[in-house]
Amino acid sequence: MNNLEKYSLRVADSSWILGCRLAEYSSNGPFLEEDLAITNVGLDHIGFAESLYKYTAELLADGTTADDLAFKRAEHEYYNVQLVEYPNEDFAYIMARQFLFDVFQYYFLEALTDSKDETFSALAKKSLKEVTYHLRRSTQWMYRLGDGTEESHDRLQKAINHLWMYTDELFYMNDVDKDLLEKGIAVDLAKVHLEWKEKVKEVFDEATLEMPDLPKFSLKYGKDGFHTDYMGYILTEMQYLNNKYPDAKW
Amino acid sequence: MEDQKKMEEFQAKIDARIKIEPKDWMPEKYRQNLIRQISQHAHSEVIGMQPEGNWLTRAPSLRAKKILMAKIQDEGGHGLYLYCAAETLGVSRDQFIQWLHEGKAKYASVFNYPSLTWADMGAIGWLVDGAAIVNQVSLQRTSYGPYSRAMIRICKEESFHQRQGYEIMAHLANGTPEQRAMAQDALNRWWWSSLMMFGPHDSDSAHSKDSMKWGIKLETNDDLRQQFIDKTIPQAELIGLKVPDDNVELLPNGSYKTSDIDWEEFWNVIKGYGPCNTKRLKHHKKAHDEGAWVREAAAAYAEKKAVEAVG
Repeated sequence: MNNLEKYSLRVADSSWILGCRLAEYSSNGPFLEEDLAITNVGLDHIGFAESLYKYTAELLADGTTADDLAFKRAEHEYYNVQLVEYPNEDFAYIMARQFLFDVFQYYFLEALTDSKDETFSALAKKSLKEVTYHLRRSTQWMYRLGDGTEESHDRLQKAINHLWMYTDELFYMNDVDKDLLEKGIAVDLAKVHLEWKEKVKEVFDEATLEMPDLPKFSLKYGKDGFHTDYMGYILTEMQYLNNKYPDAKW
Repeated sequence: MEDQKKMEEFQAKIDARIKIEPKDWMPEKYRQNLIRQISQHAHSEVIGMQPEGNWLTRAPSLRAKKILMAKIQDEGGHGLYLYCAAETLGVSRDQFIQWLHEGKAKYASVFNYPSLTWADMGAIGWLVDGAAIVNQVSLQRTSYGPYSRAMIRICKEESFHQRQGYEIMAHLANGTPEQRAMAQDALNRWWWSSLMMFGPHDSDSAHSKDSMKWGIKLETNDDLRQQFIDKTIPQAELIGLKVPDDNVELLPNGSYKTSDIDWEEFWNVIKGYGPCNTKRLKHHKKAHDEGAWVREAAAAYAEKKAVEAVG
């Protein structure tokens, strides 16, 4: 697999796994409108991932399909960031995970619209509209929970503090990034990091939340094929039918 | 005397097929009947998210997963329209949910069965949504305006659900031997519970008589059930599946004669002793209880902002 294919797959994987997590939350929301909104965001992520899987399959041109890519890889062949694997512990974790990722994805896609790869650029433009809405929504939840009640503030702060360890990876660049950045295809994540920090700080200030000040954790990253304990279970369920009936088409 | 006159005017409107609107006078029993039926309908949509939700993490393709998510989202949306329609009768959504949790309000009994294989996603769409449509198409002409309008919107989406369910079944029926067996097994398990969705025989139905007189219900349970049977048996045959009833007989009038429903099971599940009654309610209550702090936070924040805006 070349670097372009890996990059495409990685961006797809983060949205796919996040979409899987959001789908799992259906019928568990705090009220019906919110339940439906979360499914909606999940559908956007899966739609975006599907477009990229199709593109990757086209690049591979060896008969692999988008579904093969989504459903039939081994764990170390998925390249999503670890943040999106984190379970739906409660609504605070779900919204904190969403906000931290939405801010990242917003600036990431904004930069990707300038990619020399035309498919990336076109998909980024299309998806940016959806992500703008996702970010507006998760930002509102930072305000409501952060500046709502004492309980909601504490729950959200706790979730943010815990998930913070996974945010470093969002800006980690491996050889794939470095190679494609030189070619004008990939996004400069150092720049995205600055924008991300500024935006997160601005929203946290308004929401009366603290920016965690934590050292960098010792992690091997999802972008290099290393995952959390949670990933195997996501795949076990997601791949169940394809594993059990390898000859069947769905 | 006054009430007698109002009652006559009310019945005249019903007979003339003029819709009753929220601010119009209506007999208390009509209101109560609607509150019961519309809230039960709303709860059914919402509880109905669970058996399909059971396969969200295991949907086998990108397309299947997106369709399932969108479908469950539609069901929740139907629940919302219906809660809104029911609220026009002067009861809040919180109250409806409380009655559900206390066991005072019911939901469609069919959702008290488990969804055991991927083929159940086909069978639920094809049979359960198929049965619901027969009922809902009839309810588009119901006498209460907000309920009728909600039904018109809902019917459009339900017919899409029914088609996608049938598509899953047809695909499995034409697939590998295991897929085919899965499809037949799902039909076996969902057939009778779908027929039960139309309710008891008209002679045993507690609310049927008043509901018919007031135009809330326009066709009887047995008539609607027969329409569903006549539509569904040929659809099963078309994809090479067989309904689990050895006594099916095609009558000269084109209608199908079938065995009688196991009414003991029907009443038992309604009373709360089906395979998933406890699970469904427990799940709904858990999500609602765990969401309490979120709803409180949203309300507290909205209040702060309102005070700031005034101040």
